[in-house]
Amino acid sequence: MFDFAYHRPTSLEEAERLLSGASDGALVAGGMTLIPALKQRLASPSDVIDLAGVAGLSGISQAGGAIAVGALTPHALVASDAVVMARIPALAALAAKIGDPQVRNRGTLGGSIANNDPAADYPAAVLGLGATVTTNRREIAADDFFTGMFETALEDGEIVTAVSFPVPEKAGYAKFPNPVSRYAVVGVLVSRGPAGTRVAVTGAGPCVFRSTELEQALAGSFTAAAVDTVTVAAEGLNSDIHAGAEYRAHLVGVMAKRAVTACG
Amino acid sequence: MLTVSMTVNGRKVSREIEGRTLLVEFLREHLGLTGTHVGCDTSQCGACVVHVDGASAKACTLLAAQAEGAEVTTIEGLAGNGELHPVQAAFKEHHGLQCGFCTPGMVMSAADLLKRNPDPSETAVREWLEGNLCRCTGYHNIVKAIRAAARALAG
Repeated sequence: MFDFAYHRPTSLEEAERLLSGASDGALVAGGMTLIPALKQRLASPSDVIDLAGVAGLSGISQAGGAIAVGALTPHALVASDAVVMARIPALAALAAKIGDPQVRNRGTLGGSIANNDPAADYPAAVLGLGATVTTNRREIAADDFFTGMFETALEDGEIVTAVSFPVPEKAGYAKFPNPVSRYAVVGVLVSRGPAGTRVAVTGAGPCVFRSTELEQALAGSFTAAAVDTVTVAAEGLNSDIHAGAEYRAHLVGVMAKRAVTACG
Repeated sequence: MLTVSMTVNGRKVSREIEGRTLLVEFLREHLGLTGTHVGCDTSQCGACVVHVDGASAKACTLLAAQAEGAEVTTIEGLAGNGELHPVQAAFKEHHGLQCGFCTPGMVMSAADLLKRNPDPSETAVREWLEGNLCRCTGYHNIVKAIRAAARALAG
């Protein structure tokens, strides 16, 4: 790991200032992706700006028909939070299956979605539940947030502060995990509620995406049988050492059915 | 260089370090606490698990600077008053180790589990150990030891 200047700002304004003043600044929340990347020299920022000292970025609250999760809320807290478990159990279950317990103790929602790993779990929750991402500058709809592989709509100096999840009538998540990393080979989140009928797929393509075919089928009948009427195309899906595109396409259907079944 | 201060095993410590210093390097090389092991150095194996503010964390995937102001407990700080912690005693009793390399991380991880779930099923223990690898593959006795420790802690 190359050395860098470490900063621990106590406000978002200070963090933004440090970020814009750095020649190549990187924000760190839990560090579960950044620190391994630093060690491998895949990243070598001049400045690392730790958001842990900024108050008010961690925690879970209810407002109207939505649950707001602070950007620095660790996965373990989302997985065990009574409000999340009662109102969006699929979100708690998804958080409970990220990585391993030590990763869940440190890793954060904001860090996960800002990184937008193609095989991460949280992007499926944000997109599949039709959530709204709040930053230090604006609100971004989930449909506009994830723009490509490791790419998001975040601008330079923009920092995720919270994500607001509308409470669905039904939601379920199922993933086929890589047996080593627990990243999703394919993960599917299905939901029905104020954001409509939504199906978000992670792990399968270069970026989380909505499956319009599956959404149409489930809008007609929110059942596992409806999933069977859809053939998921392999075109554009990932082929790598873990799985080929055709297998991933098959898994999208299987995970969608399991996700629908998990809704109860 | 920056100054980092934290409480390690109940003792306040403060050192000048580079920003890139990992918590595990800080513990082993700056404080001489070599009970925390470096196995894979890639966040997989869990030999480096310590507690940071009461929650288990992989010390190879945490900057020492991120633990500024934190309460850190390592394997050296788990026993109290010269007596093994119940998890340590159970690992000894049930032969929950072969070569012993993974043991500090296993014990610290298990201690965190038992704080959250005082009576975990075998499945719950095995799921919890997702992030702790034993290359001797001695999992069976590790699981047995952790469940025995749960009973000992329940009294």
